Amino acid sequence: MAEIVIRNLRKEFGAFTAVQGSSFTIADGEFFMLLGPSGCGKTTTLRMIAGLELPTSGEILIDGEDVSQRPASQRDIAMVFQMFALYPHMTVRRNISYPLVSQGLPRAQVQAKVAEVARILGISDILDKSVGGLSGGDRQRVALGRAIVRNPKAFMMDEPLGALDAEFREHMAEELRALHDRMRATTVYVTHDQLEAMQMGDKIVVMNHGVVEQFGTPQQIYDHPASLFVADFIGSPAMNFLAFHGAVQAGETEVDLGGVRLALPEVQEAASPRDLVLGVRPEHVTLSDSAPYRGRILASEYLGTTQIITLDCPHGRVKARAPSGQGVRSGETVGLSFRAETLALFDAASGRALRTAANRGVHHG
Amino acid sequence: MSAHSVTEPTRLSKSIAAVLVAVYALITLLPLLWIISTGFKSGPDSISYPPKVVFAPSLEGYVNLFTTRTRIGAEQFAALPPPETWYDRIVRQSGTVIAGQSRFGERFLNSVIIGFGSTFLSIFLGTLAAYAFSRFRVPLKDDLLFFILSTRMMPPIAVAIPIYLMYRELGLSDTHLGMILLYTAVNISLAVWLLKGFIDEIPREYEEAALIDGYTRFQAFRKVVLPQAATGIASTAIFCLIFAWNEYAFAVLLTSGNAQTAPPFIPTIIGVGGQDWPAVAAGATLFLLPVMIFTILLRKHLLRGITFGAVRK
Ligand SMILES: Nc1ncnc2c1ncn2[C@@H]1O[C@H](COP(=O)(O)OP(=O)(O)OP(=O)(O)O)[C@@H](O)[C@H]1O
Ligand SMILES: [Mg+2]
Repeated sequence: MAEIVIRNLRKEFGAFTAVQGSSFTIADGEFFMLLGPSGCGKTTTLRMIAGLELPTSGEILIDGEDVSQRPASQRDIAMVFQMFALYPHMTVRRNISYPLVSQGLPRAQVQAKVAEVARILGISDILDKSVGGLSGGDRQRVALGRAIVRNPKAFMMDEPLGALDAEFREHMAEELRALHDRMRATTVYVTHDQLEAMQMGDKIVVMNHGVVEQFGTPQQIYDHPASLFVADFIGSPAMNFLAFHGAVQAGETEVDLGGVRLALPEVQEAASPRDLVLGVRPEHVTLSDSAPYRGRILASEYLGTTQIITLDCPHGRVKARAPSGQGVRSGETVGLSFRAETLALFDAASGRALRTAANRGVHHG
Repeated sequence: MSAHSVTEPTRLSKSIAAVLVAVYALITLLPLLWIISTGFKSGPDSISYPPKVVFAPSLEGYVNLFTTRTRIGAEQFAALPPPETWYDRIVRQSGTVIAGQSRFGERFLNSVIIGFGSTFLSIFLGTLAAYAFSRFRVPLKDDLLFFILSTRMMPPIAVAIPIYLMYRELGLSDTHLGMILLYTAVNISLAVWLLKGFIDEIPREYEEAALIDGYTRFQAFRKVVLPQAATGIASTAIFCLIFAWNEYAFAVLLTSGNAQTAPPFIPTIIGVGGQDWPAVAAGATLFLLPVMIFTILLRKHLLRGITFGAVRK
């Protein structure tokens, strides 16, 4: 197993830059998520780590060794492809044993290993079937089997659950995570599904347009988004944004929104007058009649134990997550209070989160 | 009934279709059947009018195909010992004796060597080139592909004279190697284009999986791409073989003594006293066999191949 260090990794396809100078570290045994919207360069990053694509510049260190210009076959990495890419002309058994055959392992040993992997994944009974007729879940398991059979340094998985239907996905996600917990193998997992990333990952890198926006644990990323993009991309519903014009001084603990002063974590950098954005998660908004900041209720959406209330406020729409028992009437004007220690402040032009007492130590890209 | 009809064909429409197919098959196969049957006729039967559909089968044509015969004087003929073999007997019936072997076997072997040799070479080079065009960033790729195809934009025979002169200069005239190279040159553009289409359809992930599983690029090509391109390779090979096998014009021009193939040879089979139609038909029948066998062996692939991957999964 191995630690993977990515330094200033960059990939250009002709004039187009798919990945622009990523840097992050994947610790040994970590389940690491590469998260971002379609086309942001996740697959390209993964393929560079695996050796299927050579970087334009930058370094990839696996266990301290720079492998960035080495071919895939010499990196000792296993990969699970989005469409699984099982060899269609081989049986399940041959598919799984194929990586071992390339190492020239004796037959008996190959058979023993394949049998063991099949047992772990619960596919012993389909070993002699051709891969053509397998269900999505079984294909997934065979692809996993082919990856884990030779104890590689790390696993790369490119949206491995993308081809499965929603119901089965959850089940497979749990299975995957359980498998990882048992094997403790460094895993890099690509997904555009923020829920999947939050549920399964030890660490997450959020990418957008080839740029690493943030790198951290799911909780850091959720609680302290480093940019407007991350704040908007993570969480459902997304973080609320209240746009206003103003200036802040280092040490300030309040901002002025249309005459209402709102408390927030102590700001640690100054900003001259400019467009700013105050960010608050829906679960940190409470409706209370006494609060000075007012909004008009537009609608509410029932979700079982909670409901999402949409309000029209002077600085933008706000969604609040409230217990579903709370009675609300649309059209009514109510007060909103925000949990001060959870608020984030962003520079609207650059999208960057301003440093506060709360988000110290958060990694920007 | 439209091709997109979703209803099951009725029994009536099925039988109508079967009859139509049978009639069509009969029409297209009729010349073939005629050649095959003529090969088993006696000389007089082969030119009788009205043509004989029912006749006493004879192997005369086949015997004549493989032998040369002479007519000898009546006294000499009477003095001959009784025929030793069945083919001696057949020859005697027309008042001739066997003088020696004909060159058909040799010509046929030439056809096999040149036809299969050039097919193999076209497929070998074509597959490698098609793979490179399909997978790698080749500078001027589109121009090169167009250039390759453009060699087919004129009838190959249009360059017969330069090739004739060139071959004479290089000592390739009337050699197996020369004919193999020539047919390969003609076939390779078709092979590259067809095979590139087939290889394009094989997802790259399969090779990438193999690369990651520790195989080199060439091993991945051989163990993963080739088996999946089998359909395309088989159908391309059939097209190449049919061209090389049937090619007539270059064979007439460039071969004579040593490397002559069967097509220019067969029409020159002349019996004692006129065109020997049963022998010509016998030669044509035998000539058909290799391509037929090759096609039947690869039929499973061909049927899938000529849909050009439309239904490949
Ligand atoms: N071989 C290539 N040549 C040119 N452009 C490419 C190539 N591969 C990827 N790109 C471009 O690079 C960008 C990033 O692609 P990438 O596949 O890494 O995105 P992704 O984040 O994996 O997206 P998705 O979620 O859609 O899979 C895309 O705009 C894509 O069009
Ligand atoms: Mg992708």
